Amino acid sequence: MDLNYNDNERAFRDQVRQFLKDRLPADIAEKVRGGRRLTRQDHDTWRQRLVDQGWYASHWPTAWGGTEWTPIQKHIFDEECNAHGAPRVIPFGVNMVAPVILRFGNDAQKQYYLPKILSGEHWWCQGYSEPGAGSDLAALKTRADRDGDHYIVNGQKTWTTLGHYANMIFCLVRTGRDGKPQEGISFLLIDMNSPGVTVRPIITLDGEHEVNEVFFDNVRVPVENRVGEENQGWTYAKYLLTYERTGLAGIGASKAALTHLKALASRRISQGRPLLDDPVFRRRIADVEINLRAAEISNLRIIAAASNGGIPGAESSMLKVRGTEIRQTITDLLRRALGPYALPFPEEELALDYGGDYLSDRYAAALTPQYFNMRKLSIFGGSNEIQKNIVAKMILGL
Amino acid sequence: MDFSLTDEQQMLQDTTERLLRETYPFDVREAARQTDAGFSTTLWQQLGELGLTAVPFDEPWGGFSGQGLEVHLVMKALGRSLSLEPYLQSVVMAGGLISAAGSPEQQDQWLPKIASASTVLTVAALEPHSHYDPHAIETLAERTPSGWCLQGRKSVVVAGHCADAIILNAMTDAGPALFIVPTDSRGLTRRSYPTVDGRKGCDLFLDGVSLPASALLGTPGDGQPVLDYQLGRGIAGLCAEAVGAMEVATELTLDYLKTRRQFGVPIGKFQVLQHRMVDMCSELEQARSMALLAASVADSPASETRQQALHAAKVVVGRAGQMIAEQAIQLHGGIGMTWEYSLSHYAKRLVMINHELGDDDYHLDRYAALM
Repeated sequence: MDLNYNDNERAFRDQVRQFLKDRLPADIAEKVRGGRRLTRQDHDTWRQRLVDQGWYASHWPTAWGGTEWTPIQKHIFDEECNAHGAPRVIPFGVNMVAPVILRFGNDAQKQYYLPKILSGEHWWCQGYSEPGAGSDLAALKTRADRDGDHYIVNGQKTWTTLGHYANMIFCLVRTGRDGKPQEGISFLLIDMNSPGVTVRPIITLDGEHEVNEVFFDNVRVPVENRVGEENQGWTYAKYLLTYERTGLAGIGASKAALTHLKALASRRISQGRPLLDDPVFRRRIADVEINLRAAEISNLRIIAAASNGGIPGAESSMLKVRGTEIRQTITDLLRRALGPYALPFPEEELALDYGGDYLSDRYAAALTPQYFNMRKLSIFGGSNEIQKNIVAKMILGL
Repeated sequence: MDFSLTDEQQMLQDTTERLLRETYPFDVREAARQTDAGFSTTLWQQLGELGLTAVPFDEPWGGFSGQGLEVHLVMKALGRSLSLEPYLQSVVMAGGLISAAGSPEQQDQWLPKIASASTVLTVAALEPHSHYDPHAIETLAERTPSGWCLQGRKSVVVAGHCADAIILNAMTDAGPALFIVPTDSRGLTRRSYPTVDGRKGCDLFLDGVSLPASALLGTPGDGQPVLDYQLGRGIAGLCAEAVGAMEVATELTLDYLKTRRQFGVPIGKFQVLQHRMVDMCSELEQARSMALLAASVADSPASETRQQALHAAKVVVGRAGQMIAEQAIQLHGGIGMTWEYSLSHYAKRLVMINHELGDDDYHLDRYAALM
């Protein structure tokens, strides 16, 4: 056993660092560090640079343009990207629907969809949750009725992240009404430009437009857009969710946020000294740093132990709960570090070309809204309560 | 010992709650938020007409010398409605300072207007390097032949954007002093901004602001204890507001647990959510108790006992507010994250209350120092 990187892993890390230094656009990194809004173009630029390097599809086999990295390499890449201020890879295409297509799709689907994910021609979003089907996902009501070689889709999806950027949506739809709710679900790929698809924004408590409602009104979808068997979609859906959860621990993002927190606390003054030297605040930071260290090693251990292609099963639920709790604690401390300046929201300071004086700290304006935004971490991708149910049932046999 | 309200106190609570319920639903609050003033001038005027802004003032100013509990009842009702109006800043703190330390001329000039809600005043006690400590001031006030000259900066002055005058602390050759600074003074500039919880405020930049001798409030060197005492009344008021907001956040959450169905049952049937809801209610009860303790000492003579009670209250209320805010969102799920639903605005207010007049870390530290 050796908890240090070996020579190959260190060499890989240096290679990733060099790539980020050379190819990550400075304005995008500055936006990420400052919690500023990224445009669709920013995401697209970064996707293309990763694709050019051959590093975009870290979960895919090399035959389709993937990397076939080891779990440790994926971890190093994630950590370095976060440390350098790279935007998160929008996962819905490359890390969510693609693994489902690779595992359960037919050859025609692989040949058609996978290259378009790499090229950016398709921007995917996720059609899982509905107003009446959140934690109880299998209660979904959006129906797809067969009409010759088409399905007619009617219903509503919600919390659709970046649905306003997307031109494709993968949906869980009800195709059967017999048996258990899980048994009548199919997995459909739907073109968002089809007649009858409407996207409406949901504004979140921080004033941002990130999520949407998507309505389907008699939308015609070719039967060939179904992945796998009819009424077997629940199996594919769960397979996808394990991929989703693995990414949700967010260890790399938390490490970057912790670095940011320490730097901020060294700039804020309280009782004539940097807040970082305040014994109470310092202990709070130390506490979360220790928890993060433990979560990082747990994450690596569990990923390394997973047999089927580096994707753990129910264990990823535990990682998701711990990882999101840690990330939320760090955003809480970032907000606390501002003291009274947690209150103002000088939105003008979020502009990349802002040339005026900063009210308190150059990175302050986004921190309180981000604290509120990050409340979503313990809700989405299966709430932390649901994750604990999974652990209790699947691992503990309770 | 008696926890019941007198008939007059009950009436005060009923009057305030009824006014807000009937004239200030959430959509009215949202519309008011988007105006230049950032609050409802109509409601502000009604609070004046009903005598609610006069509550803590003595009879000559139209009030009935209301004490901590009377202010608590009004502030709790304002908290339930997520009020944007500067009652705490203008009536409780600025009005309190002028009542306590003002000359007869200053009282004549300001108290009738404050008590009738025909002006807004606020208090600026913090600076960029003070964090939450109102004693850590760098703003200087120098004597001039005609009065005073002020130089410095004041931070996060809630309601400062629209105030007619701002009471601030500055260091003189004799020690800290308080000044009433009209906001149209030459050399004073304001950088205004919205706050995360939907209100407005400003930072104050004082660049050689000349003030007449009559701007001094009280005596140079005595400013700090006077300010500390009134900030303590502010803490008591803020705790009451927080309790009002926590009540609504827990009511909305409980209602959601009973009506939202998943897995074929109301989600309130799940034990983990039941226990979480019980924890929220138990935090609320702790906060209620400490807000009442704060109210009971708010207007008693200055003492270490009073000060400790106020620190303790702010610790409990600050923590309870954040816990209830976070869990109310969590138990609602995605819907609790939306701008459209009032709950998220209660959550924002509750977390921000911990950043006003000192957070739980700050007050725990001060409490420990007095132990």
